[in-house]
Amino acid sequence: METSATQQNNGTLLSVQNLHTWFELRKWGFGRAGFVRAVDGVDFELGRGEAVAFVGESGCGKSTLAKTILGLYKPTKGAVVFEGRRLDKLKSQDMQWYHSQVGYVQQDPYGALPPFMNVHRILEEPLLINKVTNKDEREQRIRDVMTEVKMMPAEDFLPKFPHMLSGGQQQRVVVARSMILRPKLIIADEPVSMLDASVRVEILMLLRALQQEHNLAVSYITHDLSTVRYFSERIFVMYAAKIIEKAPVDDLLRAPLHPYTQALITAIPDPDAKNAVTFKEVPPGEPPSLINPPAGCRFHPRCPHVIQGLCNTQVPPAFEPQPKHFVECWLFR
Amino acid sequence: MGTGLLKVENLYLHFRATKGVVQAVDDVSLDLQRNEAIVVLGESGCGKTTLAKAILRLLPRNVHKYAGKVYMDGTNLMELSDEDFRKDVRWVKISMVPQAAMNSLNPVMRVGDQVAEPTEAHFGLKKEALAQAREVFQRVGVPVDFMSRYAFELSGGMRQRVAIAMALVTSPDIVLLDEPTSALDVLTQANIMNVLKRIKQETETSFILITHDIATSSELADRVAGMYAGQIVELNDAEHFFTTPLHPYSQKLMASVPTLRQTKKLEFIPGQPPSLINLLPGCRFAPRCSSKFEKCAQDPPLIDMGERRKVKCWLYAQGKEK
Repeated sequence: METSATQQNNGTLLSVQNLHTWFELRKWGFGRAGFVRAVDGVDFELGRGEAVAFVGESGCGKSTLAKTILGLYKPTKGAVVFEGRRLDKLKSQDMQWYHSQVGYVQQDPYGALPPFMNVHRILEEPLLINKVTNKDEREQRIRDVMTEVKMMPAEDFLPKFPHMLSGGQQQRVVVARSMILRPKLIIADEPVSMLDASVRVEILMLLRALQQEHNLAVSYITHDLSTVRYFSERIFVMYAAKIIEKAPVDDLLRAPLHPYTQALITAIPDPDAKNAVTFKEVPPGEPPSLINPPAGCRFHPRCPHVIQGLCNTQVPPAFEPQPKHFVECWLFR
Repeated sequence: MGTGLLKVENLYLHFRATKGVVQAVDDVSLDLQRNEAIVVLGESGCGKTTLAKAILRLLPRNVHKYAGKVYMDGTNLMELSDEDFRKDVRWVKISMVPQAAMNSLNPVMRVGDQVAEPTEAHFGLKKEALAQAREVFQRVGVPVDFMSRYAFELSGGMRQRVAIAMALVTSPDIVLLDEPTSALDVLTQANIMNVLKRIKQETETSFILITHDIATSSELADRVAGMYAGQIVELNDAEHFFTTPLHPYSQKLMASVPTLRQTKKLEFIPGQPPSLINLLPGCRFAPRCSSKFEKCAQDPPLIDMGERRKVKCWLYAQGKEK
């Protein structure tokens, strides 16, 4: 058992295979009106200790993907495989094991923390649920995790309630709670989008340090490409419920291949006074509805390089024009 | 460009709260020229939205202190009666796109009628109002046939454009934009900023853009006002502010901005902004400042550095003022 664990050390931790999460739309309470295809055919693998960023605009399905991986939504089709075990085949006590292996950092820290529990209780709760019965051990682990998220001295913070903390401190409690069961994977859904610029960097650096120290795998879900460079090794770009491009961070930021990714990167400003006199080229239109997504490539109605007769009829498979750089676009056929 | 349009001098807006007086806008001075865009940059709770409301006299009931001077074309707007201010200033000279404006459109009114309403209310022109609304729809890039739609039939980006159209329809001299892109996606955001830039180039409109998003603010800014704890700590032109800011707070803030195109080491500001109730005397940034010294226990003046650059920090006091 020990040897196999070390052998797996650099292997795959999480594998997502042809995942679909659809939500049913109902008419008058019954009768089917169609589906919202929030995740529609997603494949990827996540190695141990690897940080990956999911980038996409609102409504592209990135949060649904996160919640499906967490087991909060049941996939319509496809599978989530964690350490070689399929999630949908797990029994309920095994689900509890799975939830102790996967931490979740929510977007809104204030909404994620129960207002009637103090920090001590918030951090003790997961330990109690997972039957850490020794009180001294619980206390020790709470103190350890408070040190790790740099909330010191712990005595000052433990009796406080969430509303007594600043936004950055609240988010650190959320991170501490996700870390306290010593998980192997953290799913961070927009962990800094509600925070101010000066605090944002602090939380990102904290997550990065924890990730490297504990060899954690992290999926960092964000709409903000500019923070990705500081946080992850690979980027997955999502558009309309699909991952359209997967690449190492530097490759993707330097030479994005998919026309959507190119547009996204052009649209992001760096603080520079010259921006005020230059206009940006932005593709027209808006992301499609996920109830009736366009046929073929989902970006084709907005794409400047559309190939008529191909892009608008056939779904592009993943091409690999450069090693480890995958793109779902017919331009690279 | 080049002519003074708006001059705010020593503006105060304090609120009464159960715990004491909230000094949300505390001795703020700034000036704006025709066709210029100034960005008020600050973190949440620093009073930047309150500053916009103070300029446009949109006051809540619990005002404790509202004082100062706001000059526009030589008249002090603070001396006008509320009724005159409503008739002659609000939406005639200064209009506003409030925060989350796209969610504040009237759900039971066609968006075309909503955009026409200000012209109708202020100038009593019913037919011309719709014609002007049509024109302004084109200017902000909303198809004219959307005028007969309701707000829920439009996407977020389109609704935000409608809100901007509402602020532009009376051709005001100044448009206050409060976080106009913060809830929008990256591509939509770039589109809206393109629209604002084009309007600024084609018309004489001046903008006061209130935001916490430094990178996006650079898309419109001629000048930047850095705000911290109810006060403007730095007034600078955009180029200098983004490359070589003066105030230690602005320096730290700029160092915390992640950039896409170059790698740099990010920093953060330890601590948190002070509560605006019961402020201690002295520089409000001092507790978090790495270059503070004895003098910081006194309130620093706004020091004029020439070329319309100002900074509220004792570090620049040598030889300028005692």
